[in-house]
Amino acid sequence: MKPQNWLPFEALVALRFLREGRIQTLFIVVGIAIGVAVIIFMSALLTGLQANFVNRVLTGQAHIQLLAAKNRVSPLGTTTDWPHDALEAATVQIPLQRAQGIDQWQSVMEQLQQMPEVKVVSPAVLGSALITRGEASRSVSVVGMLPQRYFRIIPLRDKMVQGSAEVGSDTILIGTELAADLGVALGDPLRVSTVNGTVLTLKVLGIFDLGNKGANSRNAFMTMRTAQSMFGLSGGASILDVTLTDIYAAERIAQQIQSHTGLQADSWMKTNEQFFTAVRAQTTANTAIRFFVGLSVGFGIASVLVVSVVQRSREIGILRAMGVRRVQIMRVFLLQGGLLGLGGALMGALIGALAMVVWQRVMRNADGSIMFAMVMDTALFVQSLVLASLTGLLSALAPALRAARLDPVVAIRT
Amino acid sequence: MTAQSNTPVAQPILELQGLRKSFNVGADNETEVLHGIDLKLYPGDFCAVIGPSGSGKSTLLNIVGLLDRPSSGSLWIDGMQTTALNDAKLTQLRGHRIGFVFQYHHLLSAFSALENVMMPLYADRGFRDAQMRERAAGLLDSVGMSPWLHAPANRLSGGQQQRVAVARALAMRPGLILADEPTGNLDTHSADGVFALFRKVCKEQSTAVLFVTHNPLLSARCERTIEVVDGKIKDGGFP
Repeated sequence: MKPQNWLPFEALVALRFLREGRIQTLFIVVGIAIGVAVIIFMSALLTGLQANFVNRVLTGQAHIQLLAAKNRVSPLGTTTDWPHDALEAATVQIPLQRAQGIDQWQSVMEQLQQMPEVKVVSPAVLGSALITRGEASRSVSVVGMLPQRYFRIIPLRDKMVQGSAEVGSDTILIGTELAADLGVALGDPLRVSTVNGTVLTLKVLGIFDLGNKGANSRNAFMTMRTAQSMFGLSGGASILDVTLTDIYAAERIAQQIQSHTGLQADSWMKTNEQFFTAVRAQTTANTAIRFFVGLSVGFGIASVLVVSVVQRSREIGILRAMGVRRVQIMRVFLLQGGLLGLGGALMGALIGALAMVVWQRVMRNADGSIMFAMVMDTALFVQSLVLASLTGLLSALAPALRAARLDPVVAIRT
Repeated sequence: MTAQSNTPVAQPILELQGLRKSFNVGADNETEVLHGIDLKLYPGDFCAVIGPSGSGKSTLLNIVGLLDRPSSGSLWIDGMQTTALNDAKLTQLRGHRIGFVFQYHHLLSAFSALENVMMPLYADRGFRDAQMRERAAGLLDSVGMSPWLHAPANRLSGGQQQRVAVARALAMRPGLILADEPTGNLDTHSADGVFALFRKVCKEQSTAVLFVTHNPLLSARCERTIEVVDGKIKDGGFP
């Protein structure tokens, strides 16, 4: 056994104490490792799950949608303008919301495009229409868009199962469900009519699958110009779709845009509020699990070190007798706590990573594709290592203080 | 009982004046175990401390070793008044000027013989690695433990462990060695060997040795003997 002189005194003693009580050390390291592995695996699982949900939500939706402000009715005056004995009408009827375009949408789009957080802005005309073929008819939401911009937000090209997405002035894109309901194939003509009496005949250029039955039966896409003439919105846009560099900044930026432009700005978070409540609940549950696992790891380390201080009382006394300072004794036990935490975290990181690989291989969809991608985030591993080491240090504080305060006379006599 | 000593030509390495120690101070059961001890020890003194169990020998040794504080009186180590020093200063003084050897040798079982001897030097941080190893190996050689330099401490026999403990006590070249019944747990042959070792250290390095023993044969071989009875030095406190 060669002396390890390259180590400071405290580190050498801490390592030797841990090595001498190797069974005890092994058990607590395995205990910490399991805790860390649970934290890493759970976090990766939830992050992957949430990322998967977010991805699914955002493949069919812009991060922010800007609409013209709703029509409002304001009372002619307020009670302060009226005589003291006069009463204002209690009920104000909400007016009918007619389809209307965004005022000066081109300049708004330019302003938005200059914001550093904004990636793409795409104008569109939205409206409802009835699609008829023979005796069958279906009501649909029509999106009239500029393909070169819109496809950068909604990757419709990737969703096409038949035909092309490069829609023109006399063509239309419909979903798989709608095509099946109406019994149409590529190139078949469809009669598209609106409530204002406009009727167009458009050929089916492509059939898409958005991954959702409802979406595949209710949506149809055409060029913006076609939709403008169809809904009587010549040169206008009823909506501006916006994508951002940071999807989680959507609500903040939506509010910012709303206050600057006066338009109604809805972030994807707002339009999917229930989903976000579920995400928040998951995150809270994950944090609670992390906290309690961390707590149990901390108490585990502390209990082992308390026992170690009792077991090593005599050795502490001897060290004190030979001139070792209280602070050095304290460092020895703090280091043991830190090393236990770090060792357990390293082992836990390996177990966690292994569990993630096994999960990815075992948990598959019916078609054999992966259920969702779990991300091996380096930051998560580094955080776990740092946190476990800090937990070890903190947990060792009480035992270390106890060791440092031991009366050497009593300790040697033990 | 002999009361010889070296001629006091130098400053005493240890001096006690009116040293008292009480336990449970202020409580109903307050007990004074040392009642005004006066003692001087010079470099090269080899002094046995004898007395019945419970007479206060260990308490005296703990106070002299700066592991415990006196209730009153004065204690000088190498000319330094210690009663007003804080814990850090006492620890530093103890580490540099005093070596301990206990009855049950008390080696650190997680370390080898060499590492046990290096330990005080290592903790002091004032030495280079090669220097520490060289000095520790030399000390182990001087106590006849060269073949077991890298043997784990807990695999050595009782006599061997006590030899390592003596080498460890000498690591910092202290002026005073306190040995609390160092031969009490050894067979006669090993006890003789360890005693001879102390004599050798005392003679060759002029280190003062305060040697607590219950063995009258060993105390009779010391140049100076003090007898502690009921918390007082009955005989031999001053040369």
